[in-house]
Amino acid sequence: MQVCIQSVGLVGPGLDGWACARSIFAGQDLYRLKPTPQLIPDILASTERRRSSDVARLAIAAAQEALRSSGLAGDQVATVFTSSDGDGRITDQICAALARLEREISPTSFHNSVHNAPAGYWSIATGSQLASTNVCAYDLSFAAGLLEAAAQTIVEHQPVMLIASDLPFPVPLHAFRPVEHSFAAAILMTPSAAKTSLMRWDIGFEPSRPATSYPEELPRSLYSNPAARCLPLLATLARGKTETVSLDYLDDDRSLVISCEPVV
Amino acid sequence: MQPLTLTAMTTANPLGLGLAATWDGLRHDRHGLRPNDFEDATIKTWIGRIDGLETEPITGALAEFDCRNNRLALAGLRQDEFERAVDRARETYGPDRIGVLVGTTTSGILETEIAYRQRRPSDGALPETFRYRQTQNLFSVSAVVRRYLRLTGPATSISTACSSSAKVFASASRWIEAGLCDAVVAGGVDSLCFMTLYGFASLGLLSDGACRPCDTNRNGLSIGEASGFVLLERQRYGTGDLMLLGYGESSDAYHMSTPHPEGRGAVAAMERALDRAGIKPTDIDYVNLHGTGTQANDRAEDQAIRRTFGENTPCSSTKGGTGHTLGAAGITEAIIAGLCLRHGFMPGILHTKQVDPLFQSRILLKSEASPLRRVMSNSFGFGGNNCSLVFGKAP
Repeated sequence: MQVCIQSVGLVGPGLDGWACARSIFAGQDLYRLKPTPQLIPDILASTERRRSSDVARLAIAAAQEALRSSGLAGDQVATVFTSSDGDGRITDQICAALARLEREISPTSFHNSVHNAPAGYWSIATGSQLASTNVCAYDLSFAAGLLEAAAQTIVEHQPVMLIASDLPFPVPLHAFRPVEHSFAAAILMTPSAAKTSLMRWDIGFEPSRPATSYPEELPRSLYSNPAARCLPLLATLARGKTETVSLDYLDDDRSLVISCEPVV
Repeated sequence: MQPLTLTAMTTANPLGLGLAATWDGLRHDRHGLRPNDFEDATIKTWIGRIDGLETEPITGALAEFDCRNNRLALAGLRQDEFERAVDRARETYGPDRIGVLVGTTTSGILETEIAYRQRRPSDGALPETFRYRQTQNLFSVSAVVRRYLRLTGPATSISTACSSSAKVFASASRWIEAGLCDAVVAGGVDSLCFMTLYGFASLGLLSDGACRPCDTNRNGLSIGEASGFVLLERQRYGTGDLMLLGYGESSDAYHMSTPHPEGRGAVAAMERALDRAGIKPTDIDYVNLHGTGTQANDRAEDQAIRRTFGENTPCSSTKGGTGHTLGAAGITEAIIAGLCLRHGFMPGILHTKQVDPLFQSRILLKSEASPLRRVMSNSFGFGGNNCSLVFGKAP
C-alpha cells in the first residue's frame, strides 16, 4: 500500500513538536529529557478545553500540529486514532469510584472513558463529519493504526490522519502496565504525491523480520509507551533517505515492513 | 464497493444463543430482558444478561484470557458451525490471509473493577493475580479470537463506542479491497460491567423497565451483552445467501454524548452507505434502527430517517428484544438484519405501546412478513461516531 506523507505532529518528553524531533534525528540538536509539555490545544473551544481528558488534549495537540503543517482543512481529512490504553487516569477514577459504597461516577468521566473520546473532541473542534475510527492492538497499536490508515487512504482515496497516543497509568494500575512518559504523534497521509510531500511509504504486511531498532538519540524509557513505536519511522522521515523500516505487528510471525523513499 | 459475502455468521445475545434461537425469538416476539440482577449492582433498571457466563471459565491453553467478555467471545465462536467455516477458509487462503476485527467498548474491564475492590489496605496495590493485558486491554478479545481460530492475518480491536462492531465491516471491506486479506472474521463482543451500568445511570439514560424505543414515554436504554461474528469473503469465492453491499461512516461533530438534534451525522452515514452500495433510498426495504430508547437518540434518528428515506420505509429497533449491547450492537443487528433478509421478516418494536406522535418515519410496532431484498442497519455512538450498513440477498 503506497501512501505519501504530508506532515507530522508530535508531543513527548523533551519533544515539543516535529521540528524539534526532526532536528534531533538529523543530528542538529541534542536531546534533553524534560516532562512532556502539558498542552491545551487552542483548536478546542472553551467547553471542550474544560471537559476534555488528558489523552484527548495530548492526541489533539499532535493532530493540530500535523493539520497546520499540511495546509489542509480539518474537514478534508478522515482520522484513525490508535491507543493501547486510552486514558488511564479516567479508568482509575471510575474503578476507584465503583469500589466505594455509593458508586457515583461523574458523567464527564464516563463519556471521556470511551476509546474514541479524542476523536469526538477533534471532530467537534474541526467540524469534520468525515469518517473516524479508533483501533487498539496493545503494544502494537501503532502498527495496527498505520495499517488501517494506509488502507483507508488508498481505498477511499482521501487524506487520512493517523494519531497515536498513550500515557502512563497512575498507581495502582501502573504496576501492571509500566508506561513511563506521555507521547503522541500524528501522521497525515494522502494517496498521491504533492509538491510538499515529505516521503512516500510503501507499507506491507509480511513474514516477520527483525524490528528496526529504536532511535538511540532518545531515552529507552520512552519506548515503554506503545505510541512511541512510531519513532523508527519518524527518524527515517527526518533523515529523508531511502530506507526500509520493520515494525513488529502481532506476536507470532508477522511484521509491518515500510519501504521509505523521498518523493521526486 | 465490491460486495462481500457473509459465508458464516453466529450470534450470542439475550434473545438467544445461536442463529436458530435468535430467529425463533424474533419470530415469536420474545425478549431477553429482565430486572437488573447483575452481580451486586443496585441500579433499578432492566438488563439483557446471558446466563451461565459466571460459571463457565476459559480453561486450557487460553486460560490466561479468562474473563466475562472473553468467555462470551468464545461462547459465540462455538455456535452455528462458525469454526467449520473458518477451517474451510483457513485451508483455502492460509491462516495469514484471514484478518480479525473485533469491536468492543469495555472489553474485560469488569476484572479491573473487581480488582479495585480487592486493593491491599496498606498501599492500595491491586491483587497480583490481576491480568491487565489479557482482560481489560481492548485488544484482548481480538487476541483470544485470533488464537482460538488459529489465524495469523492482520488483527485489531475497534472501539468507537456503540458503533464499534458496525465499523468492523468498513475496515474488513478496506482490508480485502487493499489486498491485505482474502477473508476477515469480523465481530463484536461487549459484556455487562459496573462501569456502563453506573455510567449510563449517571447520565440519566437508563430505562426504569424494559426499554421502549420510539415510544412517547420512552425513558432510556436497557443494557445488554452479546457476541457475534461473521466471516466475510469476496463475492466470487464465498458461498452464502447474504451480502454486505455498502457501509457509511461519519462523525456528528456536535457533542460528546448527545446526537445532533436533526441527525446530521446519521444522514451522512446513511447516504454514504447508499452511495457505496450504488443504490437509491427507495431500494431499501427495511431499516433496523439504532433505536436505543432514549429521548434524544430516537428523536434524532427519526429526523435523519425522514430526511434520507421520507415517510414510507419501514423501520424498527430490535433493542427491546436484545437490549443495547453497546460495542456488540452493530454485529448483533447486522446478523438480525441478515435473518430478516433470509426469512422475509420485519420485526416490530417490543414493549413500545404508542409511537411518539412527533415521529414522521414509518415505525413498525407489529412484525410483518414481507420479501426483502436490501436492508440497512444503523449504529451510532458517543463522540458522535456513526456507521450505517447495507445488506442484501445474494442474486
